[in-house]
Amino acid sequence: MSTATINNNFKSEEYFINMGPQHPATHGVLRLLLTIDGEIIKKVEPDLGYIHRSIEKMCEKDSYQQIVHLTDRMDYLSSHINNEAVCLCVENALQLEIPERVKVIRTILDELTRISSHCLWWGVMGMDVGALTTYFYGFRDREMINDIFEETCGARLTMNYNIPGGLMQDIHPNFVKRVKEFIAHFKTKIPEYNRLLTGNVIFQKRTIGVGLLTKEDAISYGASGPVGRASGYSCDVRKHHPYSALDRVDFKEALATEGDSFARYRVRIQEMWESISIIEQLIDNIPEGDFKVPTNAVIKLPKGEYYQKVETARGELGVYIISTGTKNPYRVKFRSPGLSNLSLLNHIAVGGKIGDLVATMATIDIVVPDIDR
Amino acid sequence: MTNQELKDLITGWFAIPEAVQLEFSEEGSQFLNLSIHPDYLHETMYYLKLNRDTDFDYLYCLTGIDWEKELEVVYHLESTEHRHSLVVRTKTSDRETPVIDSVQDIWPTANFHEREVYDFFGIRFKNHPNMKRLFLAEDWEGFPLRKDYVDEVNMVVK
Repeated sequence: MSTATINNNFKSEEYFINMGPQHPATHGVLRLLLTIDGEIIKKVEPDLGYIHRSIEKMCEKDSYQQIVHLTDRMDYLSSHINNEAVCLCVENALQLEIPERVKVIRTILDELTRISSHCLWWGVMGMDVGALTTYFYGFRDREMINDIFEETCGARLTMNYNIPGGLMQDIHPNFVKRVKEFIAHFKTKIPEYNRLLTGNVIFQKRTIGVGLLTKEDAISYGASGPVGRASGYSCDVRKHHPYSALDRVDFKEALATEGDSFARYRVRIQEMWESISIIEQLIDNIPEGDFKVPTNAVIKLPKGEYYQKVETARGELGVYIISTGTKNPYRVKFRSPGLSNLSLLNHIAVGGKIGDLVATMATIDIVVPDIDR
Repeated sequence: MTNQELKDLITGWFAIPEAVQLEFSEEGSQFLNLSIHPDYLHETMYYLKLNRDTDFDYLYCLTGIDWEKELEVVYHLESTEHRHSLVVRTKTSDRETPVIDSVQDIWPTANFHEREVYDFFGIRFKNHPNMKRLFLAEDWEGFPLRKDYVDEVNMVVK
């Protein structure tokens, strides 16, 4: 049989397959419709909305204190930062003077949240490319942070520690000691992460040069967080629009220029070091003072619009509140980092293989409730 | 650029600013707000991105607002080069078949966000390559973030 006949008999054809909504590698209930030719991806179309709870609509009927409690159900791995975003927005609108103690505690907890989120991401990232061990190492270290959270506010994941005006209660007497213990412990663990996964040849082959994103594309697709920074796009909200105690700490924005999956991986590892450095600068100098300022039981924001952006573990979260002067907001919009970061998945996955898509998605670090708000 | 410089520059692009309903406002917002008639939105957005002095390359928030009589689409823009911000707004009073030009050819990130706005407000975006609902099912009736939306089963009225 001639080659032409064989090619004719085995004609390649494009077809659809579903990835998800229950595929473990999609990190939640995300369905991807893949158009593939053999194993080459021609198109990725996310099908969203499996766990949409319409938080924005619920906010229109809730008071500002209640809204805070909905936000940690968006990106649950950055719950404390999400809460803070709403609180900052309300506080700025009311022009409240927040005690220094609150600002410092908030920033320490922000960075602990970030480390905790990146630990989970690192474990899952390894698992997605076939290294199950990392999952247990990541969760072991994350457990120490969750214990600190539990002692501070009673919750391990959806924290609800922030309220408009400050914090729900003061920190536990053990807080400083335990955070220091964790920092000392974790400093020995990141080198271990590097030995275990970063230098692994198989891991590098699966991530270097895969899922390339240029700086221009990162900006025009609205990428933020480590996804944008790995393409050399300086987009750290903590640097460009500092909030809470971030104006008094010295840290470097983790940047890489390659724009591939490995660069996104390295940026997150680097961010963990920077978070440690931020916590170390603040933990010995928590100012004395009140842990909240009194606010009215019924908060009414002056008529107008308020926008607050913060840097969650995934990127830029924007809280956009439109008030008509009543006790409920007229409209609340959450600009979630996940939706913009997901929108570029098709762009960087086309032409690659299905296995690469899994690795690429892991480095984009999608949390589906953040997209399905 | 300062807000005043932005204002002067953008006003200079139009021979008769009143004809395109160009208005600036800083009241009740931390940003400079520019509102424009929907017919001239796409062209203005194109210049806002392309012009070296404005260089708004980062569209970070795109959303709709239901003002009951009118529907509004709000675009939050930032320049990663100059680090200045601008909010562009456009309104339509057509609640039955509201149509606004898509800007997804200027900023690809608008693709998903415009679909979200269509999903929840029913505003269609002209020249969008895939104008269908993003979150809700195709056969969903109504647009939930509109103020006159009623759903007796799923909505708790307080």
